[in-house]
Amino acid sequence: MWTTAGAQDTVAGVPARFVAAPASTEEAAAVLAAAARDDLAVVVRGGGTKLDWGVPPRRLDLIVDTRRLTGVVEHAAGDLITVVRAGTPLAALDLPGQQLALDSPLPGATVGGTVAVNTSGPRRMLYGTARDLLIGVTVVRPDGRVAHSGGKVVKNVAGYDLGKLFTGAYGTLGLVTECAFRLHPVPPVAAIVRRTAPADRIGALLAAVRAEQAVPSAVELDAPAEGEVTLAVLVEGTAAGVRDRAARLEKVLGGPATDEFPPWWGRYPWDSVGMKLTVPLSRVPDLLGLGAAVRGSAGTGVLYADVPVASAPAVVERLRAAAVRAGGHAVVLTAPPAVREVVDMWGPVAGLALMRRVKDRFDPEHRFAPGRFVGGI
Amino acid sequence: MTTLDVLAARLRAELGADRIVNDRQELRTYECDGLAHYKVVPGLVVLPRDAAECARTVRACVAAGVPYVARGSGTGLSGGALPHAEGVLIVTSRMRAIVEVAPDDERAVVEPGVINLHVTRAATPHGYYYAPDPSSQQICSIGGNVAENSGGAHCLKYGFTTNHVTGAEVVTPDGELIELGGRAPDPPGYDLLGAFVGSEGTLGIATRVTVRLTRLPESVRTLLAAFATTDQAGAATSAIIAAGVVPAAVEMMDALAIEAAEAAVACGYPPGAGAVLIVELDGPAAEVDAQFDQVTALCEANGAFELRIAADAAQRALFWKGRKSAFAAVGRISPDYIVQDGVIPRTALPEVLHRIGEVAREHGVRVANVFHAGDGNLHPLVLFDDAVPGEAGRAEEVSGAIIDLCIEYGGSITGEHGVGMDKAKYMPRMFTDDDLETMHLLRCAFDPDGLANPGKVFPTPRLCGEVPRRHRAGEPAAAELF
Ligand SMILES: Cc1cc2nc3c(=O)[nH]c(=O)nc-3n(C[C@H](O)[C@H](O)[C@H](O)COP(=O)(O)OP(=O)(O)OC[C@H]3O[C@@H](n4cnc5c(N)ncnc54)[C@H](O)[C@@H]3O)c2cc1C
Repeated sequence: MWTTAGAQDTVAGVPARFVAAPASTEEAAAVLAAAARDDLAVVVRGGGTKLDWGVPPRRLDLIVDTRRLTGVVEHAAGDLITVVRAGTPLAALDLPGQQLALDSPLPGATVGGTVAVNTSGPRRMLYGTARDLLIGVTVVRPDGRVAHSGGKVVKNVAGYDLGKLFTGAYGTLGLVTECAFRLHPVPPVAAIVRRTAPADRIGALLAAVRAEQAVPSAVELDAPAEGEVTLAVLVEGTAAGVRDRAARLEKVLGGPATDEFPPWWGRYPWDSVGMKLTVPLSRVPDLLGLGAAVRGSAGTGVLYADVPVASAPAVVERLRAAAVRAGGHAVVLTAPPAVREVVDMWGPVAGLALMRRVKDRFDPEHRFAPGRFVGGI
Repeated sequence: MTTLDVLAARLRAELGADRIVNDRQELRTYECDGLAHYKVVPGLVVLPRDAAECARTVRACVAAGVPYVARGSGTGLSGGALPHAEGVLIVTSRMRAIVEVAPDDERAVVEPGVINLHVTRAATPHGYYYAPDPSSQQICSIGGNVAENSGGAHCLKYGFTTNHVTGAEVVTPDGELIELGGRAPDPPGYDLLGAFVGSEGTLGIATRVTVRLTRLPESVRTLLAAFATTDQAGAATSAIIAAGVVPAAVEMMDALAIEAAEAAVACGYPPGAGAVLIVELDGPAAEVDAQFDQVTALCEANGAFELRIAADAAQRALFWKGRKSAFAAVGRISPDYIVQDGVIPRTALPEVLHRIGEVAREHGVRVANVFHAGDGNLHPLVLFDDAVPGEAGRAEEVSGAIIDLCIEYGGSITGEHGVGMDKAKYMPRMFTDDDLETMHLLRCAFDPDGLANPGKVFPTPRLCGEVPRRHRAGEPAAAELF
């Protein structure tokens, strides 16, 4: 059922004893039922791109690896949906003429890992995130039982939407084995309009882009710790439509349209200490000039910060204070151990008591990724 | 004194007499929602003015062990707001303030009783609107929309309520006021807001809702296409989607639905049509124009014998009038009818329509079809006359058979009207026992006593039980973790 773990089988520095790689939902259910019997603490591993995120697990026995849980189960092109196994790398999805409109900021990420952490990129502005595109999910609970919610049709309100609950839960509620997603057509043409300007101009430029009825797919911002800020706006659609929209945005932004994405597009900015900052749209400028380079979706209020290791605790606190003051959130996604010891990774979390109750119901023995999530969940 | 009398006295003292209804005659006005053949007179009605009063009401119910049901405008079509005879109905009709419209943040903050369309009205002067547009949008409440995860014609492109709600203040079933989400995206922790939206009042009561506002489109163009058959209209729909166009809406009506609409609102659809499609595109003008030509060509290629293009907003409204009034309109051609709501994969549409026709013929019952063709959401209207012995039963059978067809084709028992009490019995046809038990885990986390809208969504009453917690050495107590 599982093999002895190797030296590389660690999660945020914590070594596992065993590794299992089930190839189907049934096999996964058998593995997790056995793990429950043996009281094993479990962490799920997909592409391994975000294993250093969150807090190290309090306890770890078994890594459940999804590398064999791959493949497209179904692609119903006429219905614009697909069903894929969780271990499938996002980049490996081949859906002719259509796309699962989820960006993958970290190359190698799997579908399951993307759902579990709800990572997103520039195009979330038009298409939403995994939580919006996921229409059905199959999970194996910590006790080994298999459950589904949603289905294969985009419109569906039968029963609770457990997909939302598992999205962004960091694998603390169970193992996602299969996901059904809503798809979008691949737009034939795209253009990017760029403008670099002083930080104090950014708020006005963003407001002007919002006012223009150009329906961008993404409005991205890239700001070094000091100096001028670059905005890059993506429009997608028909050739005629994109030409016209890009021309209008050129006027609004006062910068050129190209078909070239900037090199930083859709990549996290950090070297070592990375944060995710979310704020209401009008408060995006509040996050500039606080001692960290920031980058991300100014069009939705989701930015990522590269916090200098040397000044990490102070800068984390400064960014967090700014985000919270604006009505937003600030999470340290990843940091070296020395920094983790002195900063609060998650920051303030509303509704924590209720979240604990959810955890208690799904994983009463706290065996799934114990301690990795908010409030020690 | 009964438990309810004691509760009424307590609430009258705490909130004031004008918040309480317990006159039998007045209570009757709340006996059903939009699904009028289920009727239960509530034990007591409370009309709180704000979140604090709502929370006090829930706390009083919890203390007395009395079930409670939230109600917005009462337009729900699955009996979700059906009261409890021994319980309290908490009605949000006095919580109708639009707290804030914040166009710079693309958000509005509203109380739960606010009417859906009023959000759009408040946002329009700023160049924005609220995208989810149920046909009942002139009367239904945002709280009800949140509970049902309501959709509308334009959800094909823009998504459902769940994609447009970013925050809610909620009275939990233990009477606590908590914030789920807010104005900023992606709050850390479980997406409890995502789980709450669509939970049909079984996880608590929303007392304030933060919604996403959408920038008004620069251009809207609407096409009415008439076909000889629903097969052709279905093929045209598939061709539009296959071409990579995502219209704002694609709506279909069949001959009987058109007949009803003509009788009711004289919408003047092309005579002789076996089916009409309303296709609406919106967005930047250059984009819409390019795709509109494509769409008209595809309708013609699939046999449309007449195409009308709305010249202005008034004509567009006329196109939509027939569609939006369709439910009520069948009242003109049949004394009684059942509104069904099921979903199939869009590509199965022609086949399923034929099978619905067969089932209807076998039972000697007529079915008018109105639907959101773009996303395969069917609204068959099963016509019957209650005065004819046996007809109601046959209509009920046809309605149930349609749900079976939806499941057979891999769809859903409800696309937007919800499970409520009406469809709880169908849940086991779509979900396994483990699926339902897993959903119930969520219910137990929120409402271990099962007092929030009991008897809805789940087919059989389930108890929660204690959480079997094993205490583990090395696990810090909750208090240490902040
Ligand atoms: C003519 C007609 C057309 C319709 N068209 C559509 C359509 O196109 N799309 C669609 O999706 N629906 C449609 N509906 C159904 C209905 O309008 C929606 O379900 C609507 O969201 C219900 O809102 P309401 O305020 O009337 O809620 P109610 O009927 O009062 O309640 C519905 C449910 O919500 C719960 N609830 C109400 N308020 C709250 C709250 N504040 N917190 C928690 N739970 C609450 C209730 O307990 C109940 O379970 C239509 C109905 C009619 C009559």
